[in-house]
Amino acid sequence: MSFFTEFPVMERESLRDLKKAIDSTFRDFTRENGELIEALFDPLKDFLLWFQKILLATPWPIMILIFCGLAWLGSRSWKMVVGTAIAFLLIGYFDMWEDTMVTTAMVSVATVLCIAIGIPVGVAMARSDRIQAVITPILDIMQTIPSFVYLIPVVMLLGIGKAPALIAVMIYAIPPIVRLTNLGIRLVQADVLEAADSFGASYRQRLFGVQIPLALPNIFAGVNQTIMMALAMVVIAALIGGSGLGTPVLRAVNNQYLALGVFNGMAIVALAIIFDRVSQAYGKRLQKHREGGHGV
Amino acid sequence: MSDEQMKVQIKNLYKIFGSNPKAMVEKVQGGMGKPELLEKHGHVLGLKDINLDIPARKVQVIMGLSGSGKSTLIRHINRLIEPTAGEMIVDGEDVLSMNDNDLREFRRKKASMVFQKFALLPHRTVAENAAYGLTIQNIPTSEAMSRSQKWIDRVGLSGFENHYPAQLSGGMQQRVGLARALATDAEILLMDEAFSALDPLIRTDMQNVMLDLQEELHKTIIFITHDLDEALRIGDNIAILRDGSMVQEGSPQQIVLDPADDYVSDFIKDINRGRVLEVGSVMHAKPPAKGPELEASTVLEEAMQVLVSSKIKEAIVVRDGKKVGGLSMEDCVKAMARTQGRSEGSSAYT
Ligand SMILES: Nc1ncnc2c1ncn2[C@@H]1O[C@H](COP(=O)(O)OP(=O)(O)OP(=O)(O)O)[C@@H](O)[C@H]1O
Ligand SMILES: [Mg+2]
Repeated sequence: MSFFTEFPVMERESLRDLKKAIDSTFRDFTRENGELIEALFDPLKDFLLWFQKILLATPWPIMILIFCGLAWLGSRSWKMVVGTAIAFLLIGYFDMWEDTMVTTAMVSVATVLCIAIGIPVGVAMARSDRIQAVITPILDIMQTIPSFVYLIPVVMLLGIGKAPALIAVMIYAIPPIVRLTNLGIRLVQADVLEAADSFGASYRQRLFGVQIPLALPNIFAGVNQTIMMALAMVVIAALIGGSGLGTPVLRAVNNQYLALGVFNGMAIVALAIIFDRVSQAYGKRLQKHREGGHGV
Repeated sequence: MSDEQMKVQIKNLYKIFGSNPKAMVEKVQGGMGKPELLEKHGHVLGLKDINLDIPARKVQVIMGLSGSGKSTLIRHINRLIEPTAGEMIVDGEDVLSMNDNDLREFRRKKASMVFQKFALLPHRTVAENAAYGLTIQNIPTSEAMSRSQKWIDRVGLSGFENHYPAQLSGGMQQRVGLARALATDAEILLMDEAFSALDPLIRTDMQNVMLDLQEELHKTIIFITHDLDEALRIGDNIAILRDGSMVQEGSPQQIVLDPADDYVSDFIKDINRGRVLEVGSVMHAKPPAKGPELEASTVLEEAMQVLVSSKIKEAIVVRDGKKVGGLSMEDCVKAMARTQGRSEGSSAYT
């Protein structure tokens, strides 16, 4: 009767062998291809470092002006602009300027890459049910698997540094932009598409003239979520060489420095609020045409 | 009429919705009806053996109750829907054998469409919407805009160029839809219940806009409606669909005077016959020696007024200056009385 009380587990020996086999196979693969793969990601790292250097090299008053300018372009609200200025002044005053610039660079580059990869993937998913069926479970895995689990192979392949940190952030942050691009395009009203067809629109004219513009509010919600998730990964990314605001947070955890942890944590929160409000306000302005005297 | 004058020819057209429609064509040809096909084989009969020749520069109305296949039929003309079997010839060209490129070209230049729910691009202004068909043809924006401006003016939307569709009333939105369809200068205009979503006054308004334009442009218009008054007002020819089959086709006069079955009789039972029927279609052959003269195209209502106030109670009917017949009060009254359709008796046609 032990069958019912004890789970029939795999033999201890075989289980160990299985794990060993997987580990050694992957290790061999890393040993053989590690350098090649690292070289593959070098341009990514160089791009990130280049952008980071620009942010750090620009004098802080100019940077604050640029941030305020972007906040104005995005939200057209003076409150946002003033809030942005105060947040960055405080960050600088509490000596977190450099870490903040490093984190901003990481989040911006990750977001841009997520958009560049995520939107085309979302478009492909919207175009074909089969592609959707393949990609959806991959996205589910990316969103639910604990990030520490995929840190292991990433670190094995690429070591500790900027590139693996960026990749870890992207794995975590890319699903929303893919999902919402797909959803947004699928939600475009069939009658408008039929009208485009009836006037002889080609696939590209349909996509760029009708589907993407009408999906933009959703796509923009995806961009917003992608930014938020990239920011949420800042501390974990610091574990594998992401540096920036996450590093002092980790140090604070290890040494029980309450103030250090709270200050840097607040800086991350400030960045999140600014990115979120500005991108949401921009997303709303994209939908201006939907407002009208007659509902819709 | 010879084939040359026919703009659109629809031959033996079948459309069946479902997983294996081709196999169902034979069953339908063998006489299986719409309900049976759905019950036994899970396929929906969209259209059954439609044959219709549509002359150039005329307004062809297609009528029928909801679900009778009107939208399905009109979408076959520009091949938004692929038929299960049959032929679709436009200007002597087989639309069904066109490749993707030819078909796009056909839709860009030959036939444009106006939709029941307008289907405007919500993110583009009135001007951009009206120019849409032209921009699709890769005509430079400035030229497209100036060409479509003429149509914006014609449909009475001057001054609204920079509004977005959501800022306009339904009637105004459909004017944009009309301008968009006219701007490509296509010879064929496909209108799927274009005015059905509008309230009665606006609808009459739009019918007038369309009739005025047609007087000048002489397009081949295929107009779908389920409103008989609208059909009689604008149609040169009317085809009536029921459950995917065409039950009658002819001029408004023919349909009102000689409905093919109870389904058609039911359609026409509430119309004001005196305002629809023309003297030419109800007169008797021999003109009287003396009497008031009436044009053949006069409607009965006016003719009866003339007869009532005239001393001689029989009128001479004139067409193109020639005496073609006579009209008595009795002719009028007979024609005004409702006929029950060819299949006298029961009205249980369903
Ligand atoms: N894609 C489809 N799949 C299955 N059945 C369809 C499809 N499109 C239309 N039908 C069916 O074909 C029949 C004709 O539909 P259609 O839309 O042409 O009717 P209609 O005459 O335009 O009606 P309405 O006046 O309501 O617009 C209906 O029974 C409908 O259910
Ligand atoms: Mg319809």
